[in-house]
Amino acid sequence: MKERVLMKGNEAIAEAAVRGGCRFFAGYPITPQNEIPEYLSKRLPEVGGSFIQSESEVSAINMIYGASCAGARAMTSSSSPGISLKQEGLSYIACGQLPCVVINMVRGGPGLGTIYPGQADYFQAVKGGGHGDYKLFVYTPATVQEAVDITYKSFEMADKYRIPVLILGDGTIGQMMEPVVLPEMKDPATFPEKKWALTGCKGRERNIINTLDMNPERLEAITDRLFDVYEQIRENETEYENYMCDDAETVIVAYGIVSRVAKSAVNILREQGKKVGLFRPITVSPYPDKALSAIADLPNVKKFLVAELSKGQMVEDVRLIVNGRKPVEFYGRTGGFVINTEELISVVEGGKR
Amino acid sequence: MARVIFNTDRCKGCGLCVTACPKQIVHINGDKVNAIGYNPAEVSEMDKCIGCAMCATMCPDCVIEVRR
Amino acid sequence: MEEKVVFARPSLLTDAPFHYCPGCTHGIVHRLIAEVLGELNVSRENVIGIAPVGCAVFAYDYFDCDMTEAAHGRAPAVATGIKRVHPDKVVFSYQGDGDLACIGAAETIHAAARNENITIIFINNGIFGMTGGQMAPTTLLGQYSTTCQDGRDPVLNGYPVHVCEMLSQLKGPQYIERVSTHDAANVLKAKKAIKKAFQYQLEGKGFSMIEVLVACPTNWKMTPVKALEHIKNEVIPYFPLGVYKDRG
Repeated sequence: MKERVLMKGNEAIAEAAVRGGCRFFAGYPITPQNEIPEYLSKRLPEVGGSFIQSESEVSAINMIYGASCAGARAMTSSSSPGISLKQEGLSYIACGQLPCVVINMVRGGPGLGTIYPGQADYFQAVKGGGHGDYKLFVYTPATVQEAVDITYKSFEMADKYRIPVLILGDGTIGQMMEPVVLPEMKDPATFPEKKWALTGCKGRERNIINTLDMNPERLEAITDRLFDVYEQIRENETEYENYMCDDAETVIVAYGIVSRVAKSAVNILREQGKKVGLFRPITVSPYPDKALSAIADLPNVKKFLVAELSKGQMVEDVRLIVNGRKPVEFYGRTGGFVINTEELISVVEGGKR
Repeated sequence: MARVIFNTDRCKGCGLCVTACPKQIVHINGDKVNAIGYNPAEVSEMDKCIGCAMCATMCPDCVIEVRR
Repeated sequence: MEEKVVFARPSLLTDAPFHYCPGCTHGIVHRLIAEVLGELNVSRENVIGIAPVGCAVFAYDYFDCDMTEAAHGRAPAVATGIKRVHPDKVVFSYQGDGDLACIGAAETIHAAARNENITIIFINNGIFGMTGGQMAPTTLLGQYSTTCQDGRDPVLNGYPVHVCEMLSQLKGPQYIERVSTHDAANVLKAKKAIKKAFQYQLEGKGFSMIEVLVACPTNWKMTPVKALEHIKNEVIPYFPLGVYKDRG
């Protein structure tokens, strides 16, 4: 049996990245994700990787652009205000079809906001964020173990689909300590060759990675390809957890830290004989729309309740998918508050709003 | 014997080679229009060319090859 | 005696014609980079280049090596990422004054401070060329641009930025020099500087930036020949040529 170790979310993610083959990290300090760069500043050189504390978030994401162009598995991490600054780079990375992993330990906003958790970067993560037509592949871990597993897998997904993967965590996931089983160390020498990468054009035509094309046909073809890939991901890789939805009358929809609270609420309400379930998307871009849609079709399901740490962002996707078949209610907190179990139970029972 | 060979259809007629030539044998041919629509540079008295490559050094478009 | 080719298009350049305006000396600098890498026996598979945003945005069409094109001002960060992954490759970025000294000033300063083992070729033509002649951080006082139409006024528009002087104050960088393309003698000096910069990179000595004064006849509204005279008479007195830092 593999050893379980007690680790802080941010450090566990950093170690999982190294084990998943990450050999380049650039980032800028911002709370609540500082343990990721701190850990990697020591860890990456041990495995022959490169760590840079960059002069800015903008520079960090562009260093990732460079390292990814060069063929390395590369990662950056930040928290909300810093992720806003990375949007320019993410647009270029997406257009250049450059694989990389970006961690957002979301804090409450807008503006400088707070260092306490939030989920108000959902729109930014799943609707684009930067300029132009592109999508990120977005995961939302709910436990430290899941954050580890997702981080490890994200490098594979990024390489397989040549897409930037964003891990949408929150301050709680980053800061909490939980027991985790760490995955095996991968050897980057065993990774498939990236024929498109800038590695020095020995014995081949030169490779050019750019995001500029003044030819409308070609640029439209590039954009089409980005969205074809996104649809392949929707088909093959969307993930979710269906927790007691099949006989539920009320289905709570929540991700990340709120989904843990929701699961506790479901357990308590079930003990009271109340038919409540939880739908937890693990990927939110692409959204597990088929699975949620199937739940919306269940005759026993009377309503959905979307709970988020925002003024209502994921609720828009849920409403689009449910498409009027069932009522979709919303409950959100902001300012750094995390919804607690009693509060959520009260909302489910038609109390507090 | 030195000589210069102009890839005339790449010339944009900027004239930087004209001023660079110490022998003043390069000039813009105002009667000729090249494939990209410019009056190209050319050499009239090639026998005076010393192959110094000053013209080629100043050419922004790599139009000029120098042999000697 | 058999005739020899003593000057020809260097092999590191592709056959694509430069898109630059007549008399723009960007093309000279492209050629110099290709020439010196050839002279240093750096073959195409050992070079990775980064194009900027600006007139040289299409530079990836001209160098026969792996190339990318960075977001505006971000080339030093992109170069850093590439060089850290491929320390055995020669990595250079080619950037204009808007790109390097304005929107990318932070990237430039910190790549220099880290003494990142890369070479930056910095084109100073005192104007935003590609976008149609707006004021650059290097636009001279009194100089016309489409966004300072009465000439650059320090009260309204601030003063030009002296990048070599600024970077030379840092402990980090290996080599900083300003050169010009206004005549053949200076082009040869520019070539020597660019060669030294790449030589230092090959020796693992770190960050070099060569600032090259380049003419923009189109946006300066001058003939190509007048534009070179303008560099000599107006630009160089304000941006003096020379070695600003050389750690040897």
